Amino acid sequence: MKKNAVSKNKLYTLAALLVIIALLAFLQANSSQYSYQISILERSAIYAVVAVSMNLLTGFTGLFSLGQAGFMAIGAYTVAILTIPVDSRASVYYVNGISPAIANLHCPYWLALIIAGILAAALAALIGIPVLRLKSDYLAIATLGFSEIIRAVIAAPQLDRITNGSYGLKSIPGFPNLFIAFGLPALCILLMVLLINSSYGRAFKALREDEVAAQAMGLNLFRYKELAFIISSFFTGVGGGLLAIFMRSIDSKTFSINLTYDILLIVVLGGIGSITGSVIGSFLVTAGREWLRFFDNPLVIGGFEVPLFRSGFRMVIFSILLMMVVLFYRRGIMGSNEFSWEGLGRLIRSIPSRIKRKSKAQKHPAGIPLCPESMDDSKKGDNA
Amino acid sequence: MSLTTFLQQCLTGISLGGAYALIAIGYTLVYGILRLINFAHGDIFMMAGYFMIFAMASFPWYISIPVVLLVTVLLGVSIERVAYRPLRTAPRMSVMISAIGVSYLLQNLATYLFTALPKGYPEIPFLKKIYQIGGLSASFVTFLTPVLTLIIVYGLIILINKTKIGMAMRAVAKDYDTAALMGIKINRIITFTFAIGSLLAAVGSVLYFTDRMTVFPFSGSLPGLKCFVAAVFGGIGSIPGAVIGGFILGLGETALVAMGYSTFSDAFTFVLLIIILLIKPTGLFGEKTTDKV
Repeated sequence: MKKNAVSKNKLYTLAALLVIIALLAFLQANSSQYSYQISILERSAIYAVVAVSMNLLTGFTGLFSLGQAGFMAIGAYTVAILTIPVDSRASVYYVNGISPAIANLHCPYWLALIIAGILAAALAALIGIPVLRLKSDYLAIATLGFSEIIRAVIAAPQLDRITNGSYGLKSIPGFPNLFIAFGLPALCILLMVLLINSSYGRAFKALREDEVAAQAMGLNLFRYKELAFIISSFFTGVGGGLLAIFMRSIDSKTFSINLTYDILLIVVLGGIGSITGSVIGSFLVTAGREWLRFFDNPLVIGGFEVPLFRSGFRMVIFSILLMMVVLFYRRGIMGSNEFSWEGLGRLIRSIPSRIKRKSKAQKHPAGIPLCPESMDDSKKGDNA
Repeated sequence: MSLTTFLQQCLTGISLGGAYALIAIGYTLVYGILRLINFAHGDIFMMAGYFMIFAMASFPWYISIPVVLLVTVLLGVSIERVAYRPLRTAPRMSVMISAIGVSYLLQNLATYLFTALPKGYPEIPFLKKIYQIGGLSASFVTFLTPVLTLIIVYGLIILINKTKIGMAMRAVAKDYDTAALMGIKINRIITFTFAIGSLLAAVGSVLYFTDRMTVFPFSGSLPGLKCFVAAVFGGIGSIPGAVIGGFILGLGETALVAMGYSTFSDAFTFVLLIIILLIKPTGLFGEKTTDKV
């Protein structure tokens, strides 16, 4: 029976994957027609990577870090510097000129992404040594501080010939095709899932639950905290690099504290401690901002113009919705559960007795290996 | 650099530091009692700037200022009521996320209501009047800020050390549960704390924006973070610490700008934070638990 269920789940997952691939192929073929939807989906997928990496720290290791924007900036600038075509560099750096050290550095985007991750991870390793000694809010504010320092250094006039200062970097080559644009985020998330389900992941969770107990069980607290911080920053850096490829032009203002807050709100909405939650959250939040766009346009009902509807109203509604989630629905969409086909089936069959379902699901939280792609699918269906 | 320029820069730094100190006290009071970084505090400060613009549009300054103080206090107290009180028993991370959410909401609300473009801050004639002392010339507000800050801080310390409600605040900061058992109405004390914090933020906002001349929806977020750092630097929970932290930040930042490193003036704050957290995580005056609140 059980074996049967497992193979059934595999079948569902496979089917979902095929649907996604078919959808991507469809979007790829009609990319000019659906460019708006594609850009929303691509941004969501990239945010999903960063949100999952933040969740790895906040949700699974219990380290509340607010340094995401800084590591993303490192990743984005690395990718931008390494992938801008050599012949268009003169026009990008037309104000200050380009430093000879980087003038001829060029590598393919995949290598640039890996280097971006490694640089972010290396910096995290350095920052982690002092910062990870701090607890909860101090850790949050210190990482936030580092993120601001990184941004200030990037914008500093002394580095103008490398980062192009306040002019930012442009003409970054975009994704060659949609399969790469979605495949890379999926790969990153898959790697993090594998990590969380490994013995390292269990160690992280032990740290989150009780540091003293974990230490008593023989876990080296600092080593595991540092490891979680480095890995999370690696993927945050890669996410930043992906964002650079997606946006094609970046400047240091993109990576302000608000970017970190956006990611945090995604994680909270999806459920702290749930990877599928973060993925759903990033698609919902990114798409939600677009769905709410009609609030920004004047609305006229029967000749009467509704007064509240004007530019900016959408973000107010959006932030009120998020506050509602924080205040009244603290578990977020997924709580700390993961997506599983059984869960979905139960949800559809028994919407009235959902509360029961949650308590059952908590008994075996690991469940079936999750399948973030299938969530992408459902959101895609809504958008396309 | 001549002596006059040096003194002039010092004056600017002290004035900026005074405004920072007033905001930092708001952080330190709230953190002392709730153990919460009130991320929305900087945005309350920003909103006070907007309130002033609208109040000055219809009233003279001597009516506007009390109105602004009152409205800002109402805003601060209602934020506590709506966004923090329901989470009293929740994990600390949830409250912090709620605070970030409120900050996000206030910024978006300000963008919606007042547009993202910087709005000119009204001029209060007597504050903007230029005075000459020796070679130094500065507007009255520059001289007034540090003096006013010190007077307010003195008053606050008296309030906390000598009055009944001050004693209650110290008790709540020291031990939440025991204070409740002693018959202290915790929620009333917390409301009072938020009221004082917002009041000082409003005063700080008048002094700060009179110097800056424009307000925009994000003009509170960075000063807010800086003032939190000032509070941490001085030892969170300690009022003299917050004041000294504020002045050090103001002076250091002005010095960096004067030396031509203005892009690093924001980063300086955080460097200071990291140094203090490494050397003395409790801050300059953090050890004396009697200084809490």
